[in-house]
Amino acid sequence: MKLTRDRWTAILMLLPSVVLIGVFVYGFIGQTAWTSFSDWGRVSSQALAVNPEIEMVGWQNYRDLFTGFIDVRFRQDLVNTFFFTIFFLAGCLGLGLGLAFLLDQDVKGEGFFRTLFLFPMSLSFVVTGTIWRWMLQPRGGVNVLPTTVGLPAWEFRWLTDRTQIWRFDWNALPGMTGLLVAAILLVVALSSWRGGRRLRAAVALASGVMLGAWALTLGRSVALLPFPELHGFNIAFVGIILAAVWQMSGYTMALYLAGLRGIPSELREAARVDGANEIQLYRHVVLPLLQPITLSAMIILGHISLKIFDLIFAMAGADNATTDVPALLMYLTAFRANQFSKGAAIAMVLLVMVAAVIVPYLWTSLRGETRR
Amino acid sequence: MTTWRRHRWVIYLLLAIASATFLLPVYLVVVTSLKAPADINLATTWSIPQAWHWKSFADAWVVFSPKLANSFTLTIVATIASALMGSMNGYVLSKWRFPGANVVFPLMLFGMFIPYQAILIPLFEFLRSVGLYGGLTGLILAHVVYGLPITTLIFRNYYAEIPDEMLEAGKIDGAGFFGLYGRIVFPLSLPGFVVVIIWQFTQIWNEFLFAVTLTSQESQPITVALAQLAGGEAVRWNLPMAGAIMAALPTLLVYILLGRYFVKGLLAGSVKG
Repeated sequence: MKLTRDRWTAILMLLPSVVLIGVFVYGFIGQTAWTSFSDWGRVSSQALAVNPEIEMVGWQNYRDLFTGFIDVRFRQDLVNTFFFTIFFLAGCLGLGLGLAFLLDQDVKGEGFFRTLFLFPMSLSFVVTGTIWRWMLQPRGGVNVLPTTVGLPAWEFRWLTDRTQIWRFDWNALPGMTGLLVAAILLVVALSSWRGGRRLRAAVALASGVMLGAWALTLGRSVALLPFPELHGFNIAFVGIILAAVWQMSGYTMALYLAGLRGIPSELREAARVDGANEIQLYRHVVLPLLQPITLSAMIILGHISLKIFDLIFAMAGADNATTDVPALLMYLTAFRANQFSKGAAIAMVLLVMVAAVIVPYLWTSLRGETRR
Repeated sequence: MTTWRRHRWVIYLLLAIASATFLLPVYLVVVTSLKAPADINLATTWSIPQAWHWKSFADAWVVFSPKLANSFTLTIVATIASALMGSMNGYVLSKWRFPGANVVFPLMLFGMFIPYQAILIPLFEFLRSVGLYGGLTGLILAHVVYGLPITTLIFRNYYAEIPDEMLEAGKIDGAGFFGLYGRIVFPLSLPGFVVVIIWQFTQIWNEFLFAVTLTSQESQPITVALAQLAGGEAVRWNLPMAGAIMAALPTLLVYILLGRYFVKGLLAGSVKG
C-alpha cells in the first residue's frame, strides 16, 4: 500500500517539470508552427496590435523563403550555415585531435596545457566575439601582427569582405543534392560489397544509379526560381570560423583525450610487439577506436553551429550582411521588423535542421542505454 | 620508437606554438584594456602600454556594475532553482521507474537541443501577456525551464550510481519517498550539485539570445551590455576590453578553481555522461 502511494508521490513530484517542458517546449513549438502558417506581421500595423487580424496562408511563408524573390538573403544564409558548419567541424575535430595526440605523449605539465586549451570554453560567445571583433579590425589586430617582426601588414577586410567563392546557381541545388546523395549511396554500395552484404550493396547501387541518372537528366531542369541566383561561400566567414574554432576546439580535445585514456595500454603494447611503429599504431589501432567520439563530437558541434547566433552578433553585429545566418535573420525578422510569421517559418526550418541531427542521436544513445 | 623518443622536443615546440596562439587574444585584451583611449592606435595594437591606464576598469565599472548585478541575481536564482528541480526529477527518473518514463525522459532531453528561436515568439508573447516581459523575473523563468533537461539528465545519471540496495534498506526502516530522498539520496548529492551548479552558472551567465530579446535596458545582463557597447559607433576599445574581462572573470574563475567538475558537466552534455 505504502509503496504505491510513494510511486504516486514520485509521479506528482515530476509533474511540474513535465508540464513546464510540455508547455514551454512542445506547446510553444506548436504555436510557432501555427504562426509560420499565418500572415501575422505581414501588415506591420497589425503586428503588435492587442488582437491582430491574422489569416492562415498555408505554406506561403516557406515558399517565399525558398523560392521568393525578396528572400534571397535567407537562401544565402543557409549556404553560409552550410560552409560555416563544414569548416567549423573540420577545424575543431582536426585541432582537437592534434592537441589530444600531443598531450597523450606523456608530456610534462599536461594539466597546464589542458587547462589552457580548454579555457575559452568557459567564456561567453559574446566575450569571444568582442575580443575577436577587436582582433580582426581591418587595419589593426591580426592584420598588423606581421609588422611586429618587420613584415608588411595584411590588407584583408575580415568581417566585411564581399568576396564570394565556390558560387553556384540556387536552381542547381536539387540536381546537386541528388548527385551528392547518389555518390554517398555508391560509397555505401562499395563498402557493403566488400563487407559481403550483397543484397544491401545491390539496393544501394540501384538507388544510387537511379538517383544519379535523375540528377543528370530531369534534375537539371527543375527550376526553383524563374531566374538564376548565385550563392557561394562568403570569405568574411573566415574570421568567424577562426574565433569559433579558438573557442570550441578545446572541447573536442577533452573528448578525444578522454577517449585516448580509455584505450587499454595492453592494446598498444600488443600492437608494438607486432612491430607497428608509432604512426601505424595510431592509424590502425587508436583512430578506429576514436570513431564513436568523432561522431558524437560532430553531432554536438554540428547542432551548435546550426544555432550559432551570439558569436556573430557580438563579432560582426546582427546587420552585417556578409556574415548572416538563419538564427540571426530570424531575430531580425521577428524582433526588429515584427514580421512574426516569416520569423516563425525561419525558426521552424532551423528546428527541422537541428532535429534531423539530434533526434537520431538521442534515439540511438538512449536505446543503447536501456539495453545495457 | 627510439627516433620518436629522441624527437620529443618537436612535441614541446608544437605545444608551445599552440599555447601562444591560444593566448594571443588574451594578451591583446589585457594590453588594450590597460591603454588610455588616446594611446589605442591600430598600428601599435600589439605593443605594451606606455602607461598603465587602470582607469579603464573604473570607467567600465561605472557602465557595467548594474549589469553585473543583474547577471549575478539572474544566474544565482535560476541556477539554484533549476538544480533543485533537476535533483528531484533525477531522483524520480532513476529510482522510481514508472510506465512511460522511457518516453518522458527523451522528450524532456530534446528540450535542451532545440534552437530557442523556435519557441522565442510564443515565449515573448507569453511573458508580455503575464506582465513579465522586460524584467529579470521573466528571464529567470526562461532559464529555469530550459535548464531543466540538462540538470535532470546529470542528476539522473548521477543517482543511477547509488545502489538500489541502499534505498531498499531505507524502505525496510520505514522511510517513504521524501524520507529516502532526504536521508539517503540528498546527502550523497554534493558532487552532483557541484557539477550541475557549475554547469548552469556558466551557461546562464554566458547566455545571450534570451537576454537580448526578453530584457529591457535596466534588467539586461552583462552579455547584452557588452555586445551593445562593442557594437556601437566610435568605440573606445579599452572599455569593451575591460568589460570583456569583467564579463569573463566569474566563469573563468569557476573554471580555473573547479575545472574538473566543469569538464564533467561538459562531457555530460553529450548525453551518455
